[in-house]
This record gives sequence, C-alpha cells and structure tokens, in this order.
Amino acid sequence: MGIKTAAIAFAVALGFAGAAVAQTYPSRPITVVVPFAAGGPTDTVARLVGESMTRTLGQQVLIENVGGAGGTRGAGQVAKAAPDGYTLLLHHIGQATAPSLYRKLPYNPATDFEEAGLVTPVPMTLVGSSKFAPKDIQEVIAYVKANKEKVTYGNAGVGSASHLCGMLFMAELDAPMTTIPYQGTGPAMNDLVGGQIDLMCDQTTNTTGQIRGGKIRAYAATTAKPIKAMPDLPTLQAAGLKDFEVAIWHGLYAPKGTPKEIVDKLNAALDKALDDPKVVERFADLGTEPEPKERRSPAFHKQFLSAEIAKWKPVIQKAGVFAD
Amino acid sequence: MELLDNLALGFSVALSFQNIFYCFAGVLLGTLIGVLPGLGPIATIAMLLPITFGLPPVSALIMLAGIYYGAQYGGSTTAILINLPGESSSVVTAIDGHQMAKQGRAGAALATAALGSFFAGTVATFLLAVFSPPLAELALQFGPAEYFSLMVLGLIASVTLASGSVVKALAMIVLGLMLGLSGQDIYTGVPRFTFDLPELADGLDFVALAMGMFGISEIIRNLEDEHQRLLVAAKVKGLMLTKEDFRSIIGPVLRGTGIGSILGILPGGGAMLSSFAAYSIEKKISRTPQRFGRGAIEGVAGPESANNAGAQTSFIPMLTLGIPSNPVMALMIGALIIQGITPGPNVVTDKPDLFWGVIASMWIGNFMLVLLNLPLIGIWVRLLTVPYHVLFPAIVAFCCIGVYSVNNNNFDVYAMAFFGILGYVLVKLDCEPAPLLLGFVIGPMLEEHLRRAMLISRGDPSVFLTRPISAVLVPLGADPAGGGWPPPPRRPSSRASSRRSCATRPRRCARRRSPWARPWAATPSAGASPCARSAPCC
Repeated sequence: MGIKTAAIAFAVALGFAGAAVAQTYPSRPITVVVPFAAGGPTDTVARLVGESMTRTLGQQVLIENVGGAGGTRGAGQVAKAAPDGYTLLLHHIGQATAPSLYRKLPYNPATDFEEAGLVTPVPMTLVGSSKFAPKDIQEVIAYVKANKEKVTYGNAGVGSASHLCGMLFMAELDAPMTTIPYQGTGPAMNDLVGGQIDLMCDQTTNTTGQIRGGKIRAYAATTAKPIKAMPDLPTLQAAGLKDFEVAIWHGLYAPKGTPKEIVDKLNAALDKALDDPKVVERFADLGTEPEPKERRSPAFHKQFLSAEIAKWKPVIQKAGVFAD
Repeated sequence: MELLDNLALGFSVALSFQNIFYCFAGVLLGTLIGVLPGLGPIATIAMLLPITFGLPPVSALIMLAGIYYGAQYGGSTTAILINLPGESSSVVTAIDGHQMAKQGRAGAALATAALGSFFAGTVATFLLAVFSPPLAELALQFGPAEYFSLMVLGLIASVTLASGSVVKALAMIVLGLMLGLSGQDIYTGVPRFTFDLPELADGLDFVALAMGMFGISEIIRNLEDEHQRLLVAAKVKGLMLTKEDFRSIIGPVLRGTGIGSILGILPGGGAMLSSFAAYSIEKKISRTPQRFGRGAIEGVAGPESANNAGAQTSFIPMLTLGIPSNPVMALMIGALIIQGITPGPNVVTDKPDLFWGVIASMWIGNFMLVLLNLPLIGIWVRLLTVPYHVLFPAIVAFCCIGVYSVNNNNFDVYAMAFFGILGYVLVKLDCEPAPLLLGFVIGPMLEEHLRRAMLISRGDPSVFLTRPISAVLVPLGADPAGGGWPPPPRRPSSRASSRRSCATRPRRCARRRSPWARPWAATPSAGASPCARSAPCC
C-alpha cells in the first residue's frame, strides 16, 4: 500500500511540474520531445539543432526522449501539451505515415500541430549483402522482378523508414519480396553483413561505414539528387524508377493553438541554426544537409506534410500493413 | 609484434591524464548507477550523451564504456544486499547472492562478485585485443536459425534456475513466456494482449517486471516478518573471503569468464544469457546442486564473471564492425556519429588510437573498479544494519525513480507495483521468480528468431538441422542430460517454509568456517526433517 501511494505521488509530482504562463517568450527552458530513443539518428539531429537554437533563443533547449509505439507516443504527448511554445516536437517522416499506419491514432498529425519548419532530409541508400548475386542496380531490378519472393528484404520494423523505402520499391517494381522485419536497423545490418538477408534500405549514416569497409554493396541512392558523400552512386530515379524519392525528412512542431509570434520566433531560430556552420558541418558527417532556404518556412512545412501524407497513403494501403 | 605496438599506442592514449580522469569518472558513475536500482547504463549514457559533444572522441568513448562495465560491477551490489537486480544480467546473482547475505555472508558475496568481475574483465579485454576480427566474423555466422536453437537450449536449461519443484519452475517459465507475448507483433504490427493501452504497445518493461518481482515483493515479505529481518542484520560478519572460498570460486570464475566471453559477442542479450548459462553449468557440474538457490558461492562467482566478461566482449561487434549488439552499444555508436566518426569495419585501421585507446582503458578501468569496490564492501554491508523502517522507503523511492527513468513513463511504475504484489503471492505459493524472468526475456527472442528463420527458409524447418552451428545446438537441447536439466527435485516442501521453521537454528551453523566443504549425500533424504534439508542455507 505504501509502495503504491509513493508511486502515485511520485508520478503525479512529475506529471504536473510547472505550468506557469510566460510573458515574454522564451522566459524558461524549452523542451523538445524526440519520439525515439536517445542516441538514434533523430535524437542526434535534434540535439545538434537544439544546441544552436539555445544560443539564439537565450534559453536552454532541452531534449526529452519519449520513445515507443513508432514515435506516436511522443507525438501524442506534444499534441496534448499546452500551446505555449515550451513543449515542442521534433519528428521525422513518421509524422506523415502515422495516419495511414495507425487506425487508432489518438491525435491527427495534419491538424493537431503548428508546423515550425523543416530541418533536414536524411538520404537513404539501397544496399545489398556481398553474397547477393546482382552487381549493380539494373541487375537488382531485373533479379527482383524475376525472383520476387525468393529475394529477402530486411527492415527495421513496421512503419520504419526502411520499411517505407522497401514498400515503395516493391510498389514501383510491382514485385513483392519477402520482407524480414527486425527491431531496429542494428540487428538488420548485422544479418545483411552476415549474408542472412539480401537487400535493405537504410540511411547513409548507418550504411556509409559498411560500404566503405567493403562489407556490403551499395546499389542506389533513394533521393532525387545524388548523395554528396557518394556522388558516383546512381539514384533510383536515374535507374528508371521515375518519381522514386524517399528521404527521412525532419520537422519541428508546436501544439495546435501556439501563438503565431512564438512559432515565427522558433522558425527564425531554426533557420539560424540551419545556417550555423557547426550544424552544417555535423550534418555533413551524418551524410545530410540542412533544408534549402526556400523549404524552411512554416507554410512550406504545412504544405509538404499534407503532400507526404497523400503520397504514402496509397503505398501503405497497397501493402496492406498496419502498425496497430 | 604488431599487437605490442598497438597496445603501446593504446596505453599511450589511455594513460594521458585527461583520459585517466574520464575513465575514472566513467567507472565511478557506472558503479553508482549500478548500485541505484533501475537506473541503468542506458538511461545514464543517454543523459550524458550531450556532455560528450565537447570531448575528444576517445575520451568520450572511454567514459561511456566505463559507465557500461562499471554498472556491471555495481549491479550485483543491490542484487546481493536487497534482492534487487536492476540489470537483467544480475537476476541470476540475486538468487544465491541474496541468500548469502541473509546468512551474514554479504561481504563474501560482494567480494566474490568484485574479484570474479575483475578477473573476467581482464581476460575478456585481452581476448578483445587479440581476437577481435575473427570473433566478430564468428558472431556474423549466427543467423536466425542459430539463435533459435540457442534460445531453445536456454529455455530448457532455465529450469535449473529454480531450487524447488520442477513443475512449478516450468509453470513459471510458461507464465514468463506469456507475459513476454504482450506488445506489438514485430512482423505484422498487430497489438497482442495490450488491452488497448498504448503503454503496452511495446510490451511490458523488463526493469519494471524484475524490480517488482524481486525488490518490491522482497520488501513486502520482509515487512511481514520483522523478526527474521533483525536476525539477518545481526549476523553480518567476515567481509573477506576465506581460503576455502577462494578454492571454491576459482573454477566457476574461469568457466564463467569463458562462457561470458563467447556469448557476449553475440548480438542481443549476450551478457544476460551468459550469466544464466554460467549458473546452469555450475549447478549442473556441482556435486552438491542442492546448495544452489540457498547461498552457494559458486552461484555468485560464475554468473558475475560471465556477465562482466560478456560486457567487455560485447564491444567486439561495435568496435570492429560498427554493428551494435545491444542498446548500450547503439548509444555509443550514436556518440561516435555525433563526433563525426562513422562506425564501420574501417574504424580499426582509420582510427587506431580510438580502438586501442578504448581497449587499453578497459584494463585500467577494471583495475580502478576493483580498487574502488573492495573498500566499498564494508560500507555496503553496513547498509544492512540500517533500521529497516528507514531503509525500505528509500529502496521504494529509488525503485520508482529508476523504473520511471527507463522510458519516462508512469505506467512502468504502476506495473512495478503490480508485479511486486504478484511476486509476493507467487513466493507464498513457493514459485520462484527467476525462471519467470528468464521466460519473459527468452520468449520474445525465441519467437522472433523462429519466425525470421522460417521466413528466410521459406517455411522449411530443416534449416535448424542443416546449418552447422544450429545442428550442434539442437541435440544439446533435446538431450536432457546435456541440456542442463536439474537433478530430480529433492524435496516436496518449500524453501520459504523450511527457512522459517529453521529460523532460530542456524546460529552455530553460521559460525562454521565453510559449511560447503561438507560432502552432501548425493541422494535425496526424503524422510529427513525440513531443518536437515535446509541445512545448506546456513
């Protein structure tokens, strides 16, 4: 009984910590919720940008990792947070796929947030085991079309970026492969290097080291333009899959109803962070670049989000997958 | 020769003043968070990640590595003293370690854990330095079929974790397997047994389950019987190991180190599996397996050596291939990426100062840990003499903080409270929690690898017999003699009831130098009194 009381008291104390209303924004530290575990790629992006925004805003930008349920737990928490600009969300492409993947989503990604600007589109690469027969992307396309289910494609779990990339690839080729889900890209990469699976699509951060070490074979970039770090790698569009474009884009969100002045202030701080040479340099290490100037406004972010939601809906429906 | 050059480079990096400082900071922090229940290395490293932004990559990795293996030292402390394993790998330590503490041998148990860990850490670091690349290749040979066979072997052998009835142990394993089913199906995304609670979408949390089943239920049990509690506190004695103790732990430490070094390389739960495998083997080869579960020092020495060896060798896939073998390694890869180093097979050649510096720092770190931990034993043991009405609210508070910190989720705190009560009920029914926890951990992995193996083989079950490593593992599990089945149950009655009925008896027994040295009758003396049968517990 004592335990339960203590547990409840503790939980309550944490849940309602501070609800003061600020006069001049920001007058206290800002929490940016990252809906994934610490140390992951999204977390890294958030911390790099957060550090720079701290200097601009004059208040500490804290990163809080609220993982679970494919990012919907953290996003749902911010959707219900007070719209005062002190609780923000930094989410990736999952914000656009959640409405199609989750039938019982307790919030609406399109309408429950104020978009504060896009951050960075992290490119992905289509990679294969060194034991996999095809030598280049044309051979892969022919091989997958001929062998269909005999080809194994690994991904990091339902709804992950690697899963989306694979679904789009199969939809474009109209050839279903055998999908092997893993819990995270780490174990999937392990089996790809070990030759247990044939193909995978993962962000450059995870694949560059393995490609350079000769442990896996790089076939193509999933972005419209070639990747800076690997300029010789053909894009899937160049290989004949027109319209094929997958990048893990990231965006900053505030809860619906956050005053426009606050959103603009955040957007300006984000814009400045994306021009920060330190951030640009660290992004380059990650194999990515900041969003170009013309894509950084809240208005563009809003329109881009609805376009992405519309883009993924048919792909996910065709594959018939749900994450709940 | 090349190895010597590399090691010289490594030590020149690790012995710089700055790096010695970060190594010490890491192992000290690791020990502290290991001691605080629930607050594990994952949460700590995640919190410290931003601080490492400003450090050189080598220093950052040395400190984070120190936190990880330091926590393996500290994690056993609470398991032994208050039956509270904060880490999956110290669940096994709690079984015999806490019994030793109850018999007044907490000092000996802690010293065994520290010395075993030190030896294992030193040897495993040597393996890491010499055999990293071939060992990493070996780990890659483990595909889904091999993992499945290994998990089957593990599940069969997990019956040995129980010291009482085999039927009850089986029931607990099945209950653990069923609890492990809760959460989203990773293959289809379908929620299973989540009761529409979003908090259950990722399944129950291991830390909440373990701390409830062990720590909280232990507190309820202690509050029920204060008399016994006082008796335990009064018995604290002998902080160091006797000669007999040393003799009986040498074998288990060596075997534990070997098992831990090998299993640690395998991605996914290496350290946990190794500590439990070491326990099973010690119990299996012991001439007196009935002592296990009642304070056998071998049951502490083997698993503690194994989990520390596993903690060191789990760096192998990360450092040589850039592939994380567990969530902690994934965080370290994150730290490297932030530093601008792309982890991969080239790190060893491109950044030799990083690779060898970290390895050299592990020797230094392990040495610091044993110097740090041996003097602390006296302090920890004195903790047991703190009045329980002061101690238990503190334990509960730390448990709540620890469980909450894992996922920043209130639900886990309620789950811990629930499992605390369930654990108490189960103990009253003479069902032991350790097999349940093992079933909970192994169950999801078993399913995951079975389904993945079948997907890859396109439904052909013969893969388990045609792939060489798996073909060796399967018969080991199928053969009860080789698979580590426990000896037949020795007694129908329970541990708890016999302990209570002997509560006043073991005074003289406790003062005896080495009760273990006595040769035990190999056959169960079915008609003997409960006191005679529970004699090893003193």
